[in-house]
Amino acid sequence: MTSMSAITQTSDLTNKAALIPLATERPAYYRMSGIEETSNVSSEFQEERSEVEVEEEIGYEDPFRYVFYRDRKEWADLEPVPQDDGPNPVVKIAYSDKFTDVYDYFRALLKNDEKSDRALLLTAEAIELNAANYTVWHYRRVLLQALEKDLREEMRYITAIIEDQPKNYQVWHHRRMVVEWLNDPSEELEFIAEILSQDAKNYHAWQHRQWVIKEYKLWDSELEYVEQLLEEDVRNNSAWNQRHYIISHTTGYSDPAILNREVQYSLKQIKKAPHNESVWNYLKGILQDLGLSSHPGLLEQILELKETHCSPYLLGFLVDIYEDFLENTLEHHEEVLSKALELCELLAREKDTIRREYWSYVGRSLQTKYGSSDSSTTTSAPGIDPGSASVHQETPCSS
Amino acid sequence: MKHCRKVERSIQEVVSVYKQIHSLPQPTLLRDQHYQYLKKGLRHLSDAYECLDASRPWLCYWILHSLELLEEPVPTAIASDVCKFLAQCQSPTGGFAGGPCQAAHLAPTYAAVNALCIIGTQEAYNIIDREKLLSFLFSVKQPDGSFVMHIGGEVDVRSTYCAASVASLTNIMTPTLFQDTPTWIVSCQNWEGGLGGVPGLEAHGGYTFCGMAALVILGKEHMLDLKSLLRWVASRQMRYEGGFQGRCNKLVDGCYSFWQAGLLPLLHRALFKGGDSTLSLQKWMFEQQALQEYILLCCQNPAGGLLDKPGKSRDFYHTCYCLSGLSVAQHFGNMDLHHELIVGREENRLAPSHPVYNICPEKVAQAIQHFHQLPVPVPAQKEVSSACNTTADHS
Repeated sequence: MTSMSAITQTSDLTNKAALIPLATERPAYYRMSGIEETSNVSSEFQEERSEVEVEEEIGYEDPFRYVFYRDRKEWADLEPVPQDDGPNPVVKIAYSDKFTDVYDYFRALLKNDEKSDRALLLTAEAIELNAANYTVWHYRRVLLQALEKDLREEMRYITAIIEDQPKNYQVWHHRRMVVEWLNDPSEELEFIAEILSQDAKNYHAWQHRQWVIKEYKLWDSELEYVEQLLEEDVRNNSAWNQRHYIISHTTGYSDPAILNREVQYSLKQIKKAPHNESVWNYLKGILQDLGLSSHPGLLEQILELKETHCSPYLLGFLVDIYEDFLENTLEHHEEVLSKALELCELLAREKDTIRREYWSYVGRSLQTKYGSSDSSTTTSAPGIDPGSASVHQETPCSS
Repeated sequence: MKHCRKVERSIQEVVSVYKQIHSLPQPTLLRDQHYQYLKKGLRHLSDAYECLDASRPWLCYWILHSLELLEEPVPTAIASDVCKFLAQCQSPTGGFAGGPCQAAHLAPTYAAVNALCIIGTQEAYNIIDREKLLSFLFSVKQPDGSFVMHIGGEVDVRSTYCAASVASLTNIMTPTLFQDTPTWIVSCQNWEGGLGGVPGLEAHGGYTFCGMAALVILGKEHMLDLKSLLRWVASRQMRYEGGFQGRCNKLVDGCYSFWQAGLLPLLHRALFKGGDSTLSLQKWMFEQQALQEYILLCCQNPAGGLLDKPGKSRDFYHTCYCLSGLSVAQHFGNMDLHHELIVGREENRLAPSHPVYNICPEKVAQAIQHFHQLPVPVPAQKEVSSACNTTADHS
């Protein structure tokens, strides 16, 4: 859930001033780790000196050493605001010096409602330290608008941040805001595809993708993209979901030609990978509104597959077909019910035992709903619970 | 002790002895180690937690809930310190933020209210500014029934659960607050049977729990296709690992022990309310034993804390949800009808948790009792029509 990514010292995205060496009037703020002074004298006999003291003595300052905001002259006008956790703090985080310094100054900006370029730069530092700080992101957006900043540059910025931390809510929401402000989705599909190429199931990426496509009506090439993903990994459930998303929002499934195309596509994928749950769920998903038993020849095809490509999913699908049949037809009830119950029992006992309780329940439900009126079991009576046979005591407790 | 529980205990004892004789491993909950880890974390966290600096009420909730499941009391002084800290996290405009001086956000609001209800003292209850909280909820309400997580923030189904949870516990529900919310939540149910974060997205355990629990609070769970939801969630239990995956064809993760398995008590109750007479009277519709074994054997850090899966590091989020899932798997039923199934020794037993709020049922009852003595705050005139309160900072 959380990305405890390492905090990088330098970032060319944030403080461009960082790379200007000390020789100029504007001091550098980002410095790489301090100079190690080599010395013949062992460290015990050396006084402890700060990097600053050492540098002043030898007359050389490392242009890449980090300087805290509290030491920066241009920030001297702002009084930092320490965090007030209250008297005896709880869940107290051992913030690094840098973290404390940056956020003390962020709080100061917030308090003064300062809208300036230096504030914008500081938000980038605060974000780098904790990209999940939604208060900082919101403030950044306020600044971007108030200062009328170049949103193309902001797109470049957010692109890099997302590449680095793709599993964060705030970064994606920020990108969405910038795209909306620019009213320009032209980079989105390619960018998201790039992120998905690293993690084909990134939920935020898919969410952003669906939003972009819907908002800007970019449906045209998406089915092709989905097929490409399924080609790479037929078990990618996110891709199957996207397939459903595209088709439902474009042609829909009511056209028999489309529905049949999808059914055939699914059966083809089943033959290639019979134990892929996604495709079985998709097949059921697209047929359930019309009724599984209504699709001509489907039952026969599935029964055929049962011989060579059997799986718990196939058996479950059969239960679903039989159930739909029971729901919608009056003939052959006993026969169909018996087949369905037999499958539930097989699944519970042998083929899908992890779902034993569930399949037993399904069996009992079918029996109750479609069984003949003189069938024996009523499970609400205490003491009788044939569906949940177990090692444990049958008699339920009641107060 | 009730007769049948005695019999169950004796059977358990027999199985236990058998396992010892035959040198089979007895999964043990490392109570002491978890307790030390939690006790320390409640006070101090390393800089590795900088990434959760905008989620500190969550840290309070995850830790306090874990402690209550372990039936470890929180010393009065610490409880009071938590209250004072959460007061610092409360926004002047209502709701709670991820830390002092941050903006209000529904997730830390949910966590803060839950943490305060776990503490359950008058001091804790009094921290919550109910009038401002209601105002905050209206300020994040959208015309289509959904809620954004914070001003200028994103929409997804988590927000509805957070809002419904705090509103119901603190008794600030008004007739219009959740107008159109149930319809919106239901639109998140997809072709798979589960719910996505927003309409159109892939079904996901975390979001499904949030949506279902929110609907239960609002009394509208029957609006969902419960049968297909049941099929979806039952299918999320991994046949080899015993734990749950968050989405179809993805990996097992200890936290889904709660988000996914926790749906089954909600479904059971919903189906029962709907007149279903074929429900089991002893078991949830998932393999309780297998889940407990996954958690105990695969999700414990020997030094304390729980985790996603072997090889991952411990954290307080996983500690909370693995323990919550373990509790769900151990306890069937409610106050009237209670059936326990404890894998391993009796010492592994955790306290039962409320399936909607995920705090102990006594704490839920106590909070509701307290806040229902208070009148529902009157919303400011402009809040009544939520259309006025779209996030002004959006553009």
